[in-house]
Amino acid sequence: MAASSSNGFRVIGTRPIRHDGVDKVTGRAKYGADYAFPGMLYGKVLRSPHPHANIKSIKIDKALALPGVKAIVTSADLPALPDKMEAAGEQAINLNHLSMNILARGKVLYDGHPIAAVAATSPHIAEEALRLIEVEYELLPPVMTVEDAMKPGATILLPSLRNKEDGPDKETNVAAHLQFKRGDVAEGFKQADYVIEREFKTAMVHQGYIEPHNAVGIYNADGHATIYCSTQGSFVVRALSAAVLGIPEGKIKVVPAEIGGGFGGKTTIYLEPLSVLLSQKTGHPVKLTMTRAEVLRATGPTSGSTIRCKMGATKDGKIVAAQCWLAYEAGAFPGSPVGAGAMTILAPYNIPNILVDAYDVVVNRPKTAAYRAPGASNAAMASETVLDELAEKCGIDPLEMRLLNGSEEGTPQTVGPPFKRIGFKETVEAIKNSDHYKSKLTGPNRGRGVASGFWFNVGLQSSATVNIHTDGTVSVVIGSVDIGGTRAAQAMIAAEVLGVDINDVRPTIADTDSIGHTDVTGGSRTCFATGWAVYEAAQDCVRQLKERAAKLWEKKPDEVVFENGMLKPAQPGGELKPMSIKQIAPRLARTGGPIVGRATVNARGVGPAFATVCVDVEVDPDTGKTQILRATIAQDAGKAIHPSYVEGQMQGGMAQGLGWGLNEEYFYDDRGILRNTGLLDYRMPTCLDLPPIETIIVEVPTPGHPLGIRGVGEVSIVPPPAALANAIYRAVGVRMTELPMSPPRVLKAILQKRAAGEAQAAAAD
Amino acid sequence: MHAINYEAPKSLDEAVKLLAAHGEKARPLSGGTDLLIQLRAGTRRPEFVVDIKKIPELRRISFSLQHGLKLGAAVPCIEIHENSDMRKYYPGLTEAAHLIGSLQIQSRATVGGNLCNGSPAADTTPALIALGAQARIVGPKGERMVPVDGFCLAPGRTVLQPGELLVEFHIPAPERHSSDAYLRFIPRNEMDIAVVGVGAALSLDVSDDRVVEARIGLGAVGPTPIFAAEASKSLIGKTLDAAAIENAARLAIAAATPIDDMRGTAEFRRHVVGVLTRRALAKAAERAREANQR
Repeated sequence: MAASSSNGFRVIGTRPIRHDGVDKVTGRAKYGADYAFPGMLYGKVLRSPHPHANIKSIKIDKALALPGVKAIVTSADLPALPDKMEAAGEQAINLNHLSMNILARGKVLYDGHPIAAVAATSPHIAEEALRLIEVEYELLPPVMTVEDAMKPGATILLPSLRNKEDGPDKETNVAAHLQFKRGDVAEGFKQADYVIEREFKTAMVHQGYIEPHNAVGIYNADGHATIYCSTQGSFVVRALSAAVLGIPEGKIKVVPAEIGGGFGGKTTIYLEPLSVLLSQKTGHPVKLTMTRAEVLRATGPTSGSTIRCKMGATKDGKIVAAQCWLAYEAGAFPGSPVGAGAMTILAPYNIPNILVDAYDVVVNRPKTAAYRAPGASNAAMASETVLDELAEKCGIDPLEMRLLNGSEEGTPQTVGPPFKRIGFKETVEAIKNSDHYKSKLTGPNRGRGVASGFWFNVGLQSSATVNIHTDGTVSVVIGSVDIGGTRAAQAMIAAEVLGVDINDVRPTIADTDSIGHTDVTGGSRTCFATGWAVYEAAQDCVRQLKERAAKLWEKKPDEVVFENGMLKPAQPGGELKPMSIKQIAPRLARTGGPIVGRATVNARGVGPAFATVCVDVEVDPDTGKTQILRATIAQDAGKAIHPSYVEGQMQGGMAQGLGWGLNEEYFYDDRGILRNTGLLDYRMPTCLDLPPIETIIVEVPTPGHPLGIRGVGEVSIVPPPAALANAIYRAVGVRMTELPMSPPRVLKAILQKRAAGEAQAAAAD
Repeated sequence: MHAINYEAPKSLDEAVKLLAAHGEKARPLSGGTDLLIQLRAGTRRPEFVVDIKKIPELRRISFSLQHGLKLGAAVPCIEIHENSDMRKYYPGLTEAAHLIGSLQIQSRATVGGNLCNGSPAADTTPALIALGAQARIVGPKGERMVPVDGFCLAPGRTVLQPGELLVEFHIPAPERHSSDAYLRFIPRNEMDIAVVGVGAALSLDVSDDRVVEARIGLGAVGPTPIFAAEASKSLIGKTLDAAAIENAARLAIAAATPIDDMRGTAEFRRHVVGVLTRRALAKAAERAREANQR
């Protein structure tokens, strides 16, 4: 596309067609489940029908005897691993817990917990073999909520689990207690004219990626293994699979397939080590793919939570103190995002006195995995609705309340140093000035709500190479998978630096043997950090190009400049004609050979992301059903490389947040069995449930980043549930404190309010 | 998944013979929108699957103002919606058929399958109950007629005996000022399953807006679809005013026996039975007043 962009950029800020577009719309793109190899076997996983039980015995003889069955593995086939936190990939992880989540060891801890895996000549035979495996269980009481898990004398899930506070001798379900403090909340609340305190509950929800998990493992006789899978991080799959299998990391190659959505849920491993283990046992490639029910029962979800939030403000709307208490369901093993919840819950605001307590609690539910701004949506549901109530008490417009108290450059963060330049207030102003917010909302049972959100974003390590080919075209090789337009954005950065046409750049996502270490796609880091590496690798090309031109022109490298895609002598005039990359590329052989630009980064100085949203709803007061009439989001992108994909991230996160707010929830029965294991009863919004989502990109560049990029992938999911709650309040006058705000809950609140009103009226008579 | 035998008989005789020969091990396949899911999930494990879509008698819609409607059990929902007689004379049943799943699902799913699956939440069943539909069943011991409101016995269980096949529905001819309506409550706007379904059929004397005949069917609020007999009876002979509708709604709520489950609480469902009964009666009445069926 030739269209030029603002701020002096030529390619950045335009909207070229993505390089992987044709493959994806024609069905030619290869996702994990599309891989097939000669002699390939099919694997299936036996899963626990109980939420909590000791495994007394597993008998596999009958299943092994079924014709077509080639191998069966259980945790006895995996090495025992240390029961302590170790660095692995980007985060510390307890390898014993990770291994026990791949295959249960001695105990099952949730409905759907894997117990054994079968490889057979067809998926149907493998499935029938599962029915022949005999498992003897000793049932234990399921512990399904944080309240039950934290009670004194609660049934213990993990006998070895300890926390610092309770000491080395006390068995517990509380994996960690974190506390964040500033000022003196007791003193702060004394200054407040108004104090609002509410308790919230949010349901466990799933990322809902459309592509189920998959893996093909090929173990070679020489001890090397290859894994093909859909993942957000091929190097994470390699590190974690190696650890679980007891194979040196360097002996595993991971080939990342195209990915049909991840949203954080594909940053860990489930099937990958099983595919290798079954391949090792059989000598054949082994492929495993999950069903939707398996995905919902045993992968992903993010925590349900109980949150108490108390906030106080002076009459003129200045927030003087806030106290929060958060307990998150970690699932069967420690590691909920409660820390992130605690650090985000008050981050958009400059509050002098805060106290935040956070508890990570194990329960008999699947181990939670990252989900788009993990932990922050739960937290914002609490703080952003309490803030709305406080604004109402003070008689201040909710957006003005946010501007009055909003964080800006220099505001101390909940933890760590003060913010550098951030764009929070700019997102509030953008909503305030939007057509949407300025429009009048009329009609009965209709209401408008706003809310804001914060997400840290991360930097971490990325590698990139940029190759100049003999025809002057360019290939960009990265280790981050394409999730949301990565190829297009990275190619655009290289095209910008090199002054070439975007269609002359081919982006490639390499396997773990073909690119330097690249951390997982998480924390909205890819465009920020991998983009930085691509920028530097392209600059490395420019440096080399100048050297080559100097050689051809018999000048010194510093006597050559590179401007607008042209190599020129620094001193204009003379006979030397400027050269484009296309012109110099065929002559590289004569000046020393091909040019490969390379760069690695461990990106620091990440720019935090903020978003503010506005939602209009209409509630049916007879049924409690909420229709979303209009939705707008303003988000700080730092610098939008490909605005369409930035808008896509904003809309995608908003859609997920609205679904989380209205209908999505894990529904466990009294026995701890997940009842809604399909997308009929796990209700994500369809396109008929959402209006077009309007987007406003705000650009406050991240200081220090060569292009000013901020991660854009996550923060959009943070404000929507709270904005919906605030809109429902204005529509029908009820303050919702439980997610999802499904019709039965909203109707109940409406009827209670009506009954209270009638009782009051009767008393007045 | 286990191995299955697939048969696709071309005549009713052949189908009944196959079903009778294999008894409990056989399961008829109509559109497959329930059965295929049950096979894949392993919740039903029949050894023989008998595809009934090739039998002409099961694929017919025949209608006359004298004899009423004969609707084949294996007619895809989409054909009901495309049929002008169905849209004109039985708009409630037609909208029920048109609510199921998506257009793709409606191209496969059938009203007969919807009933035989035995789900209390089946969308077309309350509409059939409201219309007073009878089910014609053929089996090894001959034929029988069963009213649709007595067809389901428990979730997933019906009056069909091993070897028996549901062939068609017989629905009475419409009266001069009669019509029907079906409404359901779902949390989303499409692609969902009824949390409450209410079908209502009314025949009116338009000279004084008096109810001549009324039937109300309820879905998803008990172990089987329910004929709300008291609520229906309460309307007959009455002028259809707000008080009569309110009274019928109250009696419909009393007929419901819902449970708490992931789709809604019992309390919520009872309340919504009242809401939808009021709305369905109003809609059916509006249609009946405008109708001039002969």
